Amino acid sequence: MPDETLPETPPETLPETTENDVTEVTEPESTVEALESVERSDSAAAKAAEHVLATVEPTVGVSKPDTILVADGVQRRFGGMTAVDVDHLEVQRGVITALIGPNGAGKTTFFNLLTGFDKPNQGSWSFEGKSLAGISAAKVARNGMVRTFQLTKALSRLTVLQNMQLAAMDNPGENLFASLVKPLWSGTEKRNAEKALEILSRFKLDAKKDDFAGSLSGGQRKLLEMARALMTDPTMIMLDEPMAGVNPALVQSLLGHIQALRDDGMTVLFVEHDMHAVRHISDWVVVMAEGRIVAEGPPAAVMQDQAVVDAYLGAHHDTDLGDDSLLDPAVLARLEAEEEKR
Amino acid sequence: MEELSRILTQAAGELIAPTTAAYVLAAIGLNLHFGYTGLLNMGQAGFMLLGAYGFAISTIAGSPLWLAVLVALVASILFALILGMPTLKLRGDYLAIVTIAAAEIIRMLGRSSGLAEWTGGQAGLRGNEFKDTFAALSPLPDGRTAIGPFEYLNNGSDSWWVRIVGWSLVALALLVVWLLTRSPWGRLLKGVREDEDAVRALGKNVYAVKMQALVLGGVLGSLGGIIYVLPRAVQPDGMARSMTFFVWTVLLLGGAATLFGPVLGAMLFWAVFMLLRAGMREGMAGTLAPDQVENIGGLVVGLALMLLVIFRPQGILGNKKELAFDAR
Repeated sequence: MPDETLPETPPETLPETTENDVTEVTEPESTVEALESVERSDSAAAKAAEHVLATVEPTVGVSKPDTILVADGVQRRFGGMTAVDVDHLEVQRGVITALIGPNGAGKTTFFNLLTGFDKPNQGSWSFEGKSLAGISAAKVARNGMVRTFQLTKALSRLTVLQNMQLAAMDNPGENLFASLVKPLWSGTEKRNAEKALEILSRFKLDAKKDDFAGSLSGGQRKLLEMARALMTDPTMIMLDEPMAGVNPALVQSLLGHIQALRDDGMTVLFVEHDMHAVRHISDWVVVMAEGRIVAEGPPAAVMQDQAVVDAYLGAHHDTDLGDDSLLDPAVLARLEAEEEKR
Repeated sequence: MEELSRILTQAAGELIAPTTAAYVLAAIGLNLHFGYTGLLNMGQAGFMLLGAYGFAISTIAGSPLWLAVLVALVASILFALILGMPTLKLRGDYLAIVTIAAAEIIRMLGRSSGLAEWTGGQAGLRGNEFKDTFAALSPLPDGRTAIGPFEYLNNGSDSWWVRIVGWSLVALALLVVWLLTRSPWGRLLKGVREDEDAVRALGKNVYAVKMQALVLGGVLGSLGGIIYVLPRAVQPDGMARSMTFFVWTVLLLGGAATLFGPVLGAMLFWAVFMLLRAGMREGMAGTLAPDQVENIGGLVVGLALMLLVIFRPQGILGNKKELAFDAR
């Protein structure tokens, strides 16, 4: 009988409610606990970020005092569907900005556009005042904006250390001809290895340096990917769902690492669909829904925003979908008619 | 008993044969493509044929040896660039489709009557027309030399001179590949093989790296092509798809992404292949016609390639552990 009532529920509310139920049931306390116990870093950088952003009005497209990334009129259409339609977005330098939104909101697509992995139908965006429209993904990275992926891309059949060394920029040994003469690159290689080990030890991966990256667990791969991105000395680091598929224990240390990036002076923009994951660590939250930015502001303010609640739970989330609908004579009549047919 | 020792000697002779050296060179090239970079080149025979034509046609036209070799190499570089430019930005499968087709186009052009004036058409180019400049360079005295069971002419078609040059080139190619693959550039190749988007996200020019690998492997293929035709004639139909698959078998047998895999693979492949065919020719002389022996030989190679990929994908020298992470 309950199955028969399901089609009567407004379709847009269905996925979200069931999804929330499922996550709550399978991981009753540990994930929540893990997230609750993440403490906001009380570093100078965290306080500075809070202080600066406190003066910014939480409205969509608001201009920020020190922007590192600006996007204007960026649109990406797949056939008739507009996946991304961002009028104006500014990202403040030196803070953690979270890009959140329900599944299918266009977060990752927007991310791909910004990092050169996809091309928009129109629009312009610039990084540190330099236009990035039409620039290749590799050049974007060389400009200092380095990304990670939602589905972790560890280079499986290279060791952890090789993964790190590969990421270092400006290695003369990566030139085909110079690579034949070892003295030309052995010095750089040694310096890179030292730097790699230092970063690896910060991520507690130094014991695994000679293992193939393919033998790491999912969470360790996420850490490796983040560590690898750090090898490039980025000014801005873009993390695509860093918490996806990571167990609760590692989520804590991951969030800690993300805050450490900001404390080291980097700008962080990360995509996440779970609102709760972001509220402790992010300084600014941008919410996307159906390709558009529907709200932005400090985490606490954004969570209260009506547009955000609607985006996540659907505009009709107050309507009781339980037994009351069965009391509707029209519904009852239809169910009876279906029963008759059998 | 005498028959048996003749068959064995014949098979052992394949270990150092010029053809084997030619296949080693082609397989080293393919190893750079597939083993290290993950490029699916299904047209290595095309690179070999182009090298053979480039060398033979320019020699016949009167150019000295160095120029003829240069022409062959430049031809294969251009071929790699033409194949790579449209396909290397796309997914790997496209390169496979384009290379297999392009190798056939080279062969079809070679045997077409329209170009017969230069390529000799279907009949090809006879060995005597283009090997004089190479033979003239030999420092060896005329005559025959026997080392152990192996006795060949010092100079000429199937001679010690071709063997010395062929295997010296193999040694040189191994040295270059060793230097390249231990370097950061070699690490970049492997990174591209594992996940090119990840490498791109780290600011590397993936397209350029793949192109460099394609060109370098193609150059080695065309060098192999030159060595392959020196003891025989340039015959387009003898360097067709089956040649590409033989090179693949050689590489997978020895072990992709290993330095000595192509060498071991080629030696083993040709020795066993010869043993098989010579054995059938002697043992079943009455029941099988010579061309049937060739066909059955080819069939066994195909079967061996299948079994190899299914049961020992890492080849003889490959690292099983390394292969275990091929989860994509």
